[in-house]
Amino acid sequence: MTDNKKIQISDLNVFAGKFQILKNINIELPENKITVILGPSGCGKTTLLKCMNRLTDLYPELRVTGDIRISGNNILAAKEDIYKLRQHMGLLSQRPYPLPMTIYNNIAYGLKLRGVKKRREIHKLVVHYLQQANLWEEVKHRLREPASRLSIGQQQRLCLARGLAVNPGIILADEPTSALDPISSQYIEQKFLELKNEYTIVLVTHVLRQARRIADYVVFMYLGEVIEQGDVHEVFENPKMEKTKLYLGGTFN
Amino acid sequence: MTLAQKIEEKIFKVLMIIATYFILVVLAIIIYSIFKKGIKSLSWEILTQIPKGGYYYGKGGGILNAILGSLCLAFGATLLAFLIGLPVALYINVFLIRWKKVAAFIRFLLDLIWGIPSIVYGAFGFTMMIYLGLQTSLLAGIITVTLFILPIMIRSMDEILRTVPYGLMEASYSLGSNKSETAFKIFTRQTISGIITAILLSFGRAIGDAASVLFTAGYTDHLPNSLLEPVATLPLSIFFQLSSPVPAVQDRAYASALVLTLIILIVSLFSRGLGKRYHKTKINF
Repeated sequence: MTDNKKIQISDLNVFAGKFQILKNINIELPENKITVILGPSGCGKTTLLKCMNRLTDLYPELRVTGDIRISGNNILAAKEDIYKLRQHMGLLSQRPYPLPMTIYNNIAYGLKLRGVKKRREIHKLVVHYLQQANLWEEVKHRLREPASRLSIGQQQRLCLARGLAVNPGIILADEPTSALDPISSQYIEQKFLELKNEYTIVLVTHVLRQARRIADYVVFMYLGEVIEQGDVHEVFENPKMEKTKLYLGGTFN
Repeated sequence: MTLAQKIEEKIFKVLMIIATYFILVVLAIIIYSIFKKGIKSLSWEILTQIPKGGYYYGKGGGILNAILGSLCLAFGATLLAFLIGLPVALYINVFLIRWKKVAAFIRFLLDLIWGIPSIVYGAFGFTMMIYLGLQTSLLAGIITVTLFILPIMIRSMDEILRTVPYGLMEASYSLGSNKSETAFKIFTRQTISGIITAILLSFGRAIGDAASVLFTAGYTDHLPNSLLEPVATLPLSIFFQLSSPVPAVQDRAYASALVLTLIILIVSLFSRGLGKRYHKTKINF
């Protein structure tokens, strides 16, 4: 493969006390593609995702060693300005966590952090990102209402709009459709396919069909280890490892 | 459900009902007796005048000095305690997130000093006044009461801040907010109704306590006019009127207690309304 490698992870180990959550992770994720991290529940997928924008910092029990290079910079190095760095990565979590403010301010908050100051400019961008997330038509008359009044599916799209508004190069998504209805899920998947031209997307899921539908590159994990990685066609049609075959065959999940 | 389970359920249900109604009845009796004894002495005069000479032996006048004094003192102390307490509570919950043991230790200390009787704060305040060269005054009272209500202010805000879910914290950080933005823009907004409750609790404690202001704020028949002059407070006013040998003055003590209760009632209704207004934006999980 000749793609640029946006995220390079080498020798990543994560411990929680004596328990090792991630074991010697070595993966390279291609730029402007959808990488799906696949594996059964409890295999460390979410932890791996949280390492990438150092949300692991919030958990005192976690100890992280190794290297994560994003566009060449090692983000685990203490000196990195972690707040700047996180702005380059949008996050979609399993269930949406809108900010406790109005719909409008949910988007404007990130814009202000990004340094957009003029009111008119902010308004223009709020509209733009709400349109991007296909939410504008539903909320244009209620921008000043609290975000908590939206349905779960709408909240997840608001979170997507909010994430895009800080202008990230990378989107990290942790089973973003698991709490959503089929239509919202389909919409999010569709959006990812559109966004991958401009964004590097890392999606955690345990849904095989979802992975097959949208992945370009697949990383299969089991019990904290990367078992196999490669192009989606290679992994799904011609898995090399026994574990991968069993998982894809539905023997365990 | 087996029969044993049914009986067990019945017993516990009855116990809970008894406990709940017992406490309600006790509260009702207290409020009823204050009301019954207080309402007949409550007059326009008592609310709008200061004590005239011989007030405590049955002459005319009112308790405006104590009403205004208590309001100045309680508002001052609550404001000061809030300005100190909110940053402490946010610090424990946002900045000490990786240092859970330090946070636990601070919480333990606060719980410990929460239990110290208010007279000890009064004595400490008095020592502090001598050290600072302050006389009994509104200022000394405010400082002492602030110290006295700080633990309850911090711990009740802390408990509500602890309910902010990790997911919301992660959402804030992943947008690139730093810790103080997460603290002041996200945490406070998510918990605003709880923070208002914390302020109300502290205010109730501040306005209702007698022992901490006894040596520090002093007492006077004049209206509060300077931070450096003594002020009257309602709890002490009630105490002095109850100590009077004249039954009519003792009745006025109940009227004063009624005023104190009404102040707390008004403030809590007001803050509830305020809390409701801001509650809407809270994200429910």
